[in-house]
Amino acid sequence: MTHTDWPLWEVFVRSRRGLSHTHAGSLHAPDAELALRNARDLYTRRGEGVSIWVVPSSSITASSPDEKDPFFEPAADKPYRHPTFYEIPEGVQHL
Amino acid sequence: MTTTPAKDTAHTAAALALGDDALVLSHRLGEWAGHAPVLEEEVALANIALDLLGQARVLLSMAGDEDELAYLREERAFRNLQLVEQPNGDFAHTIARQLYFSSHQYLLYGELAAGDGPFAPLAGKAVKEIAYHRDHAEQWTLRLGDGTEESHTRMQRAVDALWRYTGEMFQPVEGLDVDWPALEAAWLERLTEVLVRATLTVPDGPRTGAWAAGAGRQGLHTEPFGRVLAEMQHLHRSHPGATW
Amino acid sequence: MATAAARETAGSQAYDVPDGAGDTTDTTGYERAFDAAVAADERIEPRDWMPDAYRATLVRQIAQHAHSEIIGMQPEANWITRAPSLRRKAILMAKVQDEAGHGLYLYSAAETLGVSRDELLDKLHSGRQKYSSIFNYPTLTWADVGAIGWLVDGAAITNQVPLCRCSYGPYARAMVRICKEESFHQRQGYELLLALSRGTPEQHAMAQDAVDRWWWPSLMMFGPPDDESQHSAQSMAWKIKRHSNDELRQRFVDICVPQAASLGLTLPDPDLKWNEERGHYDFGPIDWTEFWDVLKGNGPCNEQRLTRRRQAHEEGAWVREAAAAHAAKHSNGETGATRA
Repeated sequence: MTHTDWPLWEVFVRSRRGLSHTHAGSLHAPDAELALRNARDLYTRRGEGVSIWVVPSSSITASSPDEKDPFFEPAADKPYRHPTFYEIPEGVQHL
Repeated sequence: MTTTPAKDTAHTAAALALGDDALVLSHRLGEWAGHAPVLEEEVALANIALDLLGQARVLLSMAGDEDELAYLREERAFRNLQLVEQPNGDFAHTIARQLYFSSHQYLLYGELAAGDGPFAPLAGKAVKEIAYHRDHAEQWTLRLGDGTEESHTRMQRAVDALWRYTGEMFQPVEGLDVDWPALEAAWLERLTEVLVRATLTVPDGPRTGAWAAGAGRQGLHTEPFGRVLAEMQHLHRSHPGATW
Repeated sequence: MATAAARETAGSQAYDVPDGAGDTTDTTGYERAFDAAVAADERIEPRDWMPDAYRATLVRQIAQHAHSEIIGMQPEANWITRAPSLRRKAILMAKVQDEAGHGLYLYSAAETLGVSRDELLDKLHSGRQKYSSIFNYPTLTWADVGAIGWLVDGAAITNQVPLCRCSYGPYARAMVRICKEESFHQRQGYELLLALSRGTPEQHAMAQDAVDRWWWPSLMMFGPPDDESQHSAQSMAWKIKRHSNDELRQRFVDICVPQAASLGLTLPDPDLKWNEERGHYDFGPIDWTEFWDVLKGNGPCNEQRLTRRRQAHEEGAWVREAAAAHAAKHSNGETGATRA
């Protein structure tokens, strides 16, 4: 038998209005339209969503774990980006 | 969904006709469980079956006790269309059956929802479910019709085979205030468009059998239906009066 | 966090091993990082380096788990068309549907490890990968649907809850979703049996008969005793597994005994009694000969289940091919969803 494994799609679901889409899982589908419908049937059958995105898994470019340090560590030593870095005299409000 | 008892016998008859359609088609779709062509489709077919079963329960409850009606009536008392009792066949037959029925049901429930009859609340909710069923059937009709040579042949065969059961869908049902000829015209238009897009030929045979013209609504069914009921009702009937 | 789906479709470079990691002489750094992550109870994610044996163990376990969901649809689907009330029919259909969904979640998790679903299905169909032996037992009466929900799903949940903390991220996340959805499975089974137990004498007898047949096979679901379990120790070290087979089995027995009493049904084990000293119920010896026999393929339904599965797959081939062909023809013209 020939193999016609349908491509893999990543599914992102917005659980309710006001929230962003979150990765829910993946599934197989021959094309985008059916991917969307399969996603609806599979990932929102208990009312988990109000909007769905599907993306071919092969279209996702991910950072490599190997580059984890150069990618993410430099951000760790810049405390001045966070409000708690600054000392404000007691009693000053609305800051 | 609140269940309003049908006001009179005409509405009871209509509730039975619509309820039996949904019940029997749901049962047929349930037979797919465990051997759909691909896992994603297991989930899709079950969703449709569950929607239909939900509709059936509301409708039968309008006509009486849902379980008594489903499990204790004899074959001649069922009022469903012959179309919905047809065996699943291959996936193409199931899709053709879905296409014919859901396109019809969508239009019918749309009218019922817009009216102010006893079926309006149910129809208003169900028509959204049915829109999805129709979409599912159309999507698959397009893919099977315009897929491979084999799928095209199978889909054409299925569309042809079930064509003879489509005329019955537009026979007036007592208790339903619907413009049936307009419904039929709209159905045919949509269907033609889908079949053409799917590179399929619109069948040109008769839409009712000479012998059984529109018989499901009068209680006359096809051979396979007896077996459906035998299977569906056996356990329930084996334990009279039991609760489950 | 949605670090998203860092996976390529099977067939291409299925998982990114960092450069040099394939060179086994130079993996010590990666291995140390892996060991440290596991020790710190952090999750391992798809693109992280992992020992080949860890990957292989996960593929084997997740695939077996996925196969079990899919094969497990059959014994229950056997009763969908005969369900004795419309309410029960809806519940059963939804449950069998969930099992297909759970199979899908699990195949997806396995695919993050660089195998394709097609490959895994091939292995199932050719008998090279197993599924849970419990599904090789037949569902002879309606009460079996209840017994499967109460006992089989109960045992499965006992096994699965700790898997929500499994060291492999995608598997753990799939299990969280599955456990959440499965909570209704066990309850509906219990409720079904309760209705039978309190029903007519025939219904009560039907319930008792089902429990008699499913009790021992359910206990076997936890796998062989700890001292005979070939994969256990390593899986525990890797935190794929969190508790031993015997520990989970005992936990399950302790839960079931009072539940059976509330049902008004008995469990078919004369040795079952409370042990004050241990703080657990003692139970009789399990017939492991039967377990191994069924595992080897000699159960009442092994042949039937696999044949049915293969048949469904083969009969569906033309449908899958048609959709693929259609997609290839129309790949330019049609657009997917617009961002919303």
